[in-house]
Amino acid sequence: MNDDRELMKALLGPDGPELTCEECFDNLDRYVELELVASDADAAIPGMHAHLEGCPACHEDHESLKALVASTQKPA
Amino acid sequence: MSTATVSVEAMEEVTAVFADEDSEAWVAALSAPGPAREAACSRLHDLLLRAARFEVKRRRASLPHLRGDDFDDLAVQSADDALIAILAKLDTFRGDSRFTTWAYKFALLEAAVKLRRRAWQGREVPLEPETWDVFAADNPSPERQAEESELLRELKAAIDEELSPHQREVLVALTLNGVPIDVLAERLNTTRGALYKTLHDARKKLRAHIEI
Repeated sequence: MNDDRELMKALLGPDGPELTCEECFDNLDRYVELELVASDADAAIPGMHAHLEGCPACHEDHESLKALVASTQKPA
Repeated sequence: MSTATVSVEAMEEVTAVFADEDSEAWVAALSAPGPAREAACSRLHDLLLRAARFEVKRRRASLPHLRGDDFDDLAVQSADDALIAILAKLDTFRGDSRFTTWAYKFALLEAAVKLRRRAWQGREVPLEPETWDVFAADNPSPERQAEESELLRELKAAIDEELSPHQREVLVALTLNGVPIDVLAERLNTTRGALYKTLHDARKKLRAHIEI
């Protein structure tokens, strides 16, 4: 982590309200499906985006679910 | 294997809001008695195993010392554990997404946690700063902004002086030392949620102190 901005971002976390890890997991499936149909997922689930910025593990879990669901939607 | 039972009333309430027939069919089959349920569990396990293998494939580069068999054992164990979790929580499925998307997240979580823990198996979890030098101005890059450097110095002072020892350990381990939260939770005998709350509180203190 060499970049000062990245370091400060990691230390200070997201600004504003955010979901907990449990709430993030509860809403992750809905959030990903909204993202994949280009709906406003952040408006539908406030605090989700902030949590995904602040929690590396939930961020990874989100990336994985989005990639997996997207891969199952590809035409054969 | 644990089982979950869903009352008829609850089923009617839940299925009424399902977005698609496929999800409704999954829940009905998994809630049915006898062979139909066993068959649905078997199909679901296949689905979960596919998801767990997907996650293993994404992360296997971080575990170069593991063999192919180890990865597949881990994927199977993840699918087994995810199936148990799903059956126990079936009555919480609200139909906000497709059932398969809801189910996938359990398998991905199980696999991710196992992989993170395996990557740190036998390694000491550093709770003290290993990288305070990131704050030092020994090698300032030409483009480094003076304002940011000052902010970082204030941050270091706030970490030292404003946080409780536990908050400092959690913040340092997770953000400076790169310890995965699942690994730290296991070592400290706590939960991911409790650790994130500690991290959140620490960050809140730091933000208030430096007034950004």
